[in-house]
Amino acid sequence: MAVFFLAPGGSSVRYFFFNPRQMWDSFVGNPAKGLSSVGIGLLTNIWMFLLCEVLVLIIGLLIASVRTSQSPVLLPFRLLATGFTDIFRGIPILLVIYMVGFGLPELGIGAISRQSIAVYGCVALTLTYSAYVAEVYRAGLNSVANGQLLAARSLGLTHAATMRRVVLPQAIRTVIPPLLNDFISLQKDTALVSTLGAIEATRAAQIYAATEFNYSGYVVAALLFLALTVPLTRFTDRLIARDRSRRLAGAS
Amino acid sequence: MSEVVLELDNVVKRFDDNEVLSGVSLRLHRHEVVCLIGASGSGKSTLLRCANLLETIDSGSISLFNQSLLDDRVDPDLVRRHIAMVFQTFNLFPHLSVLDNVLLGPVHALKRNKAEAREEAREMLSRIGLLERANEFPDRLSGGQQQRVAIARSLVMRPTLLLLDEVTSALDPTLVGEVLDLLRDLAHQGTTMLIATHEMNFARDVAHQIAYLDRGVLLEQGTPDELFTNPRHESTKNFLNRVR
Ligand SMILES: Nc1ncnc2c1ncn2[C@@H]1O[C@H](COP(=O)(O)OP(=O)(O)OP(=O)(O)O)[C@@H](O)[C@H]1O
Ligand SMILES: [Mg+2]
Repeated sequence: MAVFFLAPGGSSVRYFFFNPRQMWDSFVGNPAKGLSSVGIGLLTNIWMFLLCEVLVLIIGLLIASVRTSQSPVLLPFRLLATGFTDIFRGIPILLVIYMVGFGLPELGIGAISRQSIAVYGCVALTLTYSAYVAEVYRAGLNSVANGQLLAARSLGLTHAATMRRVVLPQAIRTVIPPLLNDFISLQKDTALVSTLGAIEATRAAQIYAATEFNYSGYVVAALLFLALTVPLTRFTDRLIARDRSRRLAGAS
Repeated sequence: MSEVVLELDNVVKRFDDNEVLSGVSLRLHRHEVVCLIGASGSGKSTLLRCANLLETIDSGSISLFNQSLLDDRVDPDLVRRHIAMVFQTFNLFPHLSVLDNVLLGPVHALKRNKAEAREEAREMLSRIGLLERANEFPDRLSGGQQQRVAIARSLVMRPTLLLLDEVTSALDPTLVGEVLDLLRDLAHQGTTMLIATHEMNFARDVAHQIAYLDRGVLLEQGTPDELFTNPRHESTKNFLNRVR
């Protein structure tokens, strides 16, 4: 950062990137000039990731439950779930966004093809992140020792009660840190929906830059994203550290 | 002879190509304590898990009070509420306190009244001398204490049949006696027990019958006197010489 300011041309860096007036203008926007507010744009990012996180938590758990099930009856679903995770973990998220965002409206299938851009963005993010999160859950479920299952079942607990009382409470401890890491990525990846034309923070900053020939709006958007992700990162680090010290205490 | 509680008939269990139980037949009568001995890997733990329907067997039959447990109409969860099992490695639930470990079965499997179950659980914990540790987590307890909690966890289910898989191997020698007394008490109250063990003195002391398992075959069975003094098979003799 210091290099920016001290290097020759430092003053133009300050003017183009860190200009307080321009930063404020991009933050509040100016409807008369057709400038969207980066601040209001961020609200779109926020509701997108909140909605996606809820959906991802539910769909991811469903997929992981199916994949870790043993019943032969569920075999077709198991294959389907495996295919789903393979596909959506393997395709670049930008491609998924394009396919959903540009593809679905073209199909002309009633309501499915008449949603807002942000909704298509959410669908794409949810598809991809459900695949990631399903793997996180699966690792968590597998981390619970088999003896725990045997002990619970031998007490006459049903499969569901065993999951609820014994497996999930133990799996959650291992699952939360990687889950929060995925959420941090998800929060940032809502910016990719700008490629569809959704007016979220990144897109508003881009419009500002193109109109005013000043990049301070990008810095504002970056700072706003940092304000969201840094606290979550710190919180995740704290959880991991706490879990490690508890495990060490337990082992002694 | 009193009523037959558990009967295994020609039970075969394979893990892929590895035949671990090759046609094991065994009967337990009410009030009877049978000790299962045999070398490591002979299939003792597997046999106990099969008896608790924790494994699906490849052929043969298992019945409780003359009722086949392999019948489709039989709910394995209900069966397991009558057959309790204690494991070699305790398998206490690390996220639950000692008391909650003991309460899980009565409250969430038997759906018993929580206050009553709690009273009984505390009584059981005081019987094994661990009442004052009721609110601690299992990882704070020694191995021996954990195993005693695991036994208490099974006993509060009031099982008709108790399966024990080398429960004394982790116990401090000074605690073995009190656990034996506890098990003998239970036998008097009508609990039938099938106990896998490497401790021959324990077996001789508590068992009515000893069954010797050799690589998945139940080679011989008899009273402790018969089996320890006059083993019929060469393999049994060798095994007993090795462990004594
Ligand atoms: N879940 C499993 N999957 C595959 N093989 C298994 C499984 N459980 C047990 N076995 C195999 O079955 C055989 C018998 O194991 P088992 O644990 O029943 O022996 P054991 O008599 O209890 O031995 P120990 O005295 O060491 O406890 C071993 O060869 C073991 O490797
Ligand atoms: Mg064993």
